Amino acid sequence: MDPLETKQTYQDYVDKKSPNSPILKNCFNAFWVGGLICTIGQVILNICKERGFDTQLSGTIVSIILIGISAFLTGLNVFNKIGKFAGAGSLIPITGFANSIVSPAMEYKSEGYVMGVGGKMFTVAGPVLVFGISASIIVGMIYLIFHTQSVTLV
Amino acid sequence: MDINWANVFDWMVLLKCFVTGGIICIIGQVLIDKTKLTPAKILVIFVTTGAILGGLGIYQYLVDFAGAGATVPLTGFGYNLAKGAIEGIEQYGLIGAFTGGVKAAAGGIAAAVFFGYLASLISKPKMKKQ
Repeated sequence: MDPLETKQTYQDYVDKKSPNSPILKNCFNAFWVGGLICTIGQVILNICKERGFDTQLSGTIVSIILIGISAFLTGLNVFNKIGKFAGAGSLIPITGFANSIVSPAMEYKSEGYVMGVGGKMFTVAGPVLVFGISASIIVGMIYLIFHTQSVTLV
Repeated sequence: MDINWANVFDWMVLLKCFVTGGIICIIGQVLIDKTKLTPAKILVIFVTTGAILGGLGIYQYLVDFAGAGATVPLTGFGYNLAKGAIEGIEQYGLIGAFTGGVKAAAGGIAAAVFFGYLASLISKPKMKKQ
């Protein structure tokens, strides 16, 4: 047995014996990759603000750039590797939303460009939009009824 | 136009952003590891939570504190939708609840649809590794 293999088998043994370590490791990876993606967003946001865009428009530009990058990284099969390593670190930022659109679309490409790609794009993103938009409409209606944000709760 | 790079790389702002964004992702990771929720359901939970916290005015504090650390995660997407709906209500009344949210998130949704379709078109089918 060469040393590398011994180390590997030992690592496997350790992983098997300590069920706590994977989740800690996963959380650590999710933390720094997720944090890094947000920080990249913040740098883009700061540049936009320096250029004189307002907060709303700057936020939109950040979303568009991050979504564009992650969509193409998914298409090139790079994002899946990051996702395997980082777990929620790449899933929870808006990059995960773009990834959830491209992944199923790629898989069903053989079913055609309209119902295959165009239809399956929304396998995951569809529910996200349904619940997100519905929640925002309900929030708006509640706001209309009480006509106040319950900031006093905090 | 001149850009003041000291403002762009203000380390305190970036640190707050990094830590907050990271913690939100840890919450997601714990949900993945400790529950049987699928990633799709976790995304839905995050967006809905963001919309509710945004509606209550709580998420605004996090956005003021962490900037992109709070807006880049999907909870920020929900917050953006809710904030837009409330702004729409203030401007147009009831109809604003329907137009405001999507209007605020329009850039992200349109980019996701357009780039998503484009990226799927140029993607190569996965090679099965044997």
